[in-house]
Amino acid sequence: MSLALIVILPFLGAILPALMIRAGRNACATSTFTVTLLAFLLLMTHAPAVFRGEVLQARWEWIPQLGLNVNFFLDGLGFFFASLILGIGLLIITYARFYLAKEDPMGSFYSYLLLFQGAMVGIVLSDNILLLLIFWELTSLSSFLLIGYWKHLPEGRQGARMALTVTGAGGLSMIAGMLILGHIAGSYDLSVILQHKEAIQASPLYLPALLLILGGCFTKSAQFPFHFWLPHAMAAPTPVSAYLHSATMVKAGLFLMARLWPVLAGTDEWFYLVATTGLITMLIGAWIALFKDDLKGLLAFSTVSHLGLITFLLGLGSPMAAVAAVFHILNHATFKAALFMNAGIVDHETGTRDIRKLGGLMTLMPIAGTLATIAAASMAGLPLLNGFLSKEMMLEEAAHTAWLGNDWIVPALATLAACFSVAYSFRYIVHVYFGKPAGETPRHPHDPPFGLWGPPALLVVLVVLIGLFPATVAGPLVATVAGAVIGSPLPDYHLAIWHGLTPALGMSAIAVAVGLGLLAGYLKVRKLWSAGPHPEAKAMFQAVIAAAVSVAQKITHGLHNGSLQRHLAFAIGAAVVVGFGAFAAASHAPGQRELLPAAPVAIVVWLLLVGATIALVALHRQRLVSLIAIGVIGMVVSLAFVYLSAPDLALTQISVEVVTVILMLLALNFLPKETPVESSGGRRLRDGLIAALAGIGVGGAAWAMTTRDAATLSGYYLEQSVPGGGGTNVVNVILVDFRGFDTFGEIIVLGIAALTIYALLDGATRGAVGRKLAAWVPDQARSADRHPLMLVVATRVMLPLALMVGAFIFLRGHNVPGGGFIAGLVVAIALIMQYMASGYSWAAQRMKVDYHALIGIGVLIAAATGIVSWLADYPFLTSAFDHFHLPIIGEFELASAMAFDTGVFLTVVGAVMLALANLSRIGGLTETPVPNEGPMEPDLSATHPREH
Amino acid sequence: MEFLLSSAVGLLTAAGVYLVLRARTWPVVLGLALLSYATNVFLFATGRLVLNRPPVISPEALAYTDPLPQALVLTAIVISFAMTAVIVVMALRSFLESGSDHVDGEDQPVPAENRESTEGRA
Repeated sequence: MSLALIVILPFLGAILPALMIRAGRNACATSTFTVTLLAFLLLMTHAPAVFRGEVLQARWEWIPQLGLNVNFFLDGLGFFFASLILGIGLLIITYARFYLAKEDPMGSFYSYLLLFQGAMVGIVLSDNILLLLIFWELTSLSSFLLIGYWKHLPEGRQGARMALTVTGAGGLSMIAGMLILGHIAGSYDLSVILQHKEAIQASPLYLPALLLILGGCFTKSAQFPFHFWLPHAMAAPTPVSAYLHSATMVKAGLFLMARLWPVLAGTDEWFYLVATTGLITMLIGAWIALFKDDLKGLLAFSTVSHLGLITFLLGLGSPMAAVAAVFHILNHATFKAALFMNAGIVDHETGTRDIRKLGGLMTLMPIAGTLATIAAASMAGLPLLNGFLSKEMMLEEAAHTAWLGNDWIVPALATLAACFSVAYSFRYIVHVYFGKPAGETPRHPHDPPFGLWGPPALLVVLVVLIGLFPATVAGPLVATVAGAVIGSPLPDYHLAIWHGLTPALGMSAIAVAVGLGLLAGYLKVRKLWSAGPHPEAKAMFQAVIAAAVSVAQKITHGLHNGSLQRHLAFAIGAAVVVGFGAFAAASHAPGQRELLPAAPVAIVVWLLLVGATIALVALHRQRLVSLIAIGVIGMVVSLAFVYLSAPDLALTQISVEVVTVILMLLALNFLPKETPVESSGGRRLRDGLIAALAGIGVGGAAWAMTTRDAATLSGYYLEQSVPGGGGTNVVNVILVDFRGFDTFGEIIVLGIAALTIYALLDGATRGAVGRKLAAWVPDQARSADRHPLMLVVATRVMLPLALMVGAFIFLRGHNVPGGGFIAGLVVAIALIMQYMASGYSWAAQRMKVDYHALIGIGVLIAAATGIVSWLADYPFLTSAFDHFHLPIIGEFELASAMAFDTGVFLTVVGAVMLALANLSRIGGLTETPVPNEGPMEPDLSATHPREH
Repeated sequence: MEFLLSSAVGLLTAAGVYLVLRARTWPVVLGLALLSYATNVFLFATGRLVLNRPPVISPEALAYTDPLPQALVLTAIVISFAMTAVIVVMALRSFLESGSDHVDGEDQPVPAENRESTEGRA
């Protein structure tokens, strides 16, 4: 549990600074510090076990079907990284309290920092690689927030975007690689994957997995050619740079390479990909760092170079190199974090980070100067400091490495990189702290408060202690961590200052000499550098992004220029292409199902449908005629349902048909009655072709389907309908019982549709549209007899009958065709007939039902029916039924599904009525005063005014 | 019978697609209605075509047709009604707002030879 707590604490704590900032900046920083300290102490409680070589685990199942589980484990490597993240985190939090200016929003800064910290700890403690990927992406996101923290600076925003794009793209590649890796190993748990070295390296998928995973690692750890984002991320506040780029974010890629080292390393592919990339990065980073005038830029490229160094060591694939890599991760974290904080101090005190404007600061700020000198000397790799030790080990390994059979190229390049490294490290010391002041700096510098120099001082103490007593101070840690990386017994090595006269010592000596020489002739070297080409990564990156955006825009605008017709033509055309593509790829054997004979009546009805459809297309410009055609088609569909053993569908279809035609008629009251001819012949030909292909496709699919037999799961419903659902009409039982949850969703959709219609129509009664309606001049002659007497009488007489039929259909629905849907439609038709015959105002006055409420009540009743089953400890919508006996009426059955069906019924009535009644309402708005206000009334318009 | 049904579904789809691609809202509404018919009948046909065997349990019945597609189509019919209704009302509102019933909410230039057919409009 406490393992998970270490990861969760920063996430939970992330809310604290946001709240505590109200209590002041100290409270804010203290709360952040406390959260991190707690996590750190928790981690430390596991230290003894980790140093004994134990592996601690904590496991929970999350989505076991996907192999995604919340599994954490803590071994030497995880412990090492987690302590770096949390330990340096503590120093950064302290430092940031003094670094951030008054106007910087500190609460959000610390919140982002804790989010980031939690994501990082999550990466290093995850046992499950899918979980690791989640944390991996979280670091990309939270680092985006941190890098772009100074939102007002364009460089900050651009740098944050660039970092997110590069590391995010790498993350995608990583996801693919990890999935392949898990597929090969048969598990997504690291502890299992690490056991399958042979299987993974023998798999044909090894190379793709390796490339994809390295894609993620190299982007995150800023390896060439993805190194360009890191310097631009320096636009972040210095504490962020120090944290992200010394100890955490960029080390995530290294961590993962180290984590997977036991299964991925040791092959030729690994060596040439990783070691070569590392070597190139080390060299290029160091070379560019030498010419950066921005202190943070120098440190950024130096970081790139050192990351390359560690990558190179991991890439060598030998256990000894892995030990050196681990040791250098530790050393680099200490001196680089100290230097970043120092650059922040210089910036804070002088107001500039430009080396050309600085100089002679040693006398003004001796404490900071001393600390910087020691840390930079360690970075240069001078003896008695920790940087020296691990660099020696690196050079020693390089000296024994052949590249494509060539013995000297790797040691030579490594030494060259070391030369540059010495040169830029000394440039940091000499050009900033020694020599003459270059001129007035924006602010007059002096040593900063303890809060700013304390944290780097602590790190510098470590730098010196490890440098002097490596075996005592760092020995156990390096041994534990290296053991976890290698996974097998450690090689024979000594962490010591003096190894005798080794090749590495010679290379080191050359590096120091040449490096100092380079600095002495800096101006000449700089001239040489200025003459060479300087590809500007930011411009190239932006050009690539701009090109991608422009291609995307071309495609999007080409497909969709705002015209619905073009959009639909593409969408339907694409569906046709996909459909025919699938058809071409499938087998074309004819179906074997025995066909039904076509009865003469069926052929007649079919001809009717064909005729009506053709007429509809041919005459669709005459809109009233088209309504008749659509009515005929709906009728034929209903007949087909009756004929093909679907009485429920036939009833539903015919009632829906009536409602639809009424609705369309009401709308047509306002819409133009004719459609103009607009499309060109070519357009019509194109549409006709798409339509014909779509029709052939769908018809062919229907033919292919109906001429084949298929397995169905309906046997269950047919068997269980009576014993399980208590009804003999299986369709209705499915609707209200077996698949009641679907139906529940459907009536909610229906309700929402009705409310949408209400909103659209209600909005039309006000504003400009409302005035337009009030001044509406009907485009067709109106019947003089607005409420035909025969119609009025007939509808009123029929109302009780129709309602009775509705009730009857509803009640019998569970056992014979009928049910809530159909009954609701029938009742709605009966009611709407009153509106049609007697006018809106007459009907509305008498029908004091709020249709909104009806919809709501219907949905609530259905929901309540479902919830009742919870009370009896059954799942939502479990139905129950029983038989009761009443005098006179006799034996009858009552099912809870009946209550559900009532909800369906009410919703359908409410929805249909809300839509239709409101359509008639806006129809009423346009009416001019008429002779008789209501049906069957004398003309009273002369004596009392019409109400509105 | 299977041929009659399949060809009818195909015809309804073709007519529906053609109308949906027209430039005025009314034919689009008609086209959507036709596509709803076609889709519903197609879905219904996934239970295969069976005569005189409604899925109502009774001692006399020898066999039943597949009830599941029917249940699905029943709700589909109601939902397609709701969809058609929303589209119709959207077409109406758009016409009231813009004075045009073009699907893009604005009138495209009408060729001169066809102009007389639009004259009756408000």
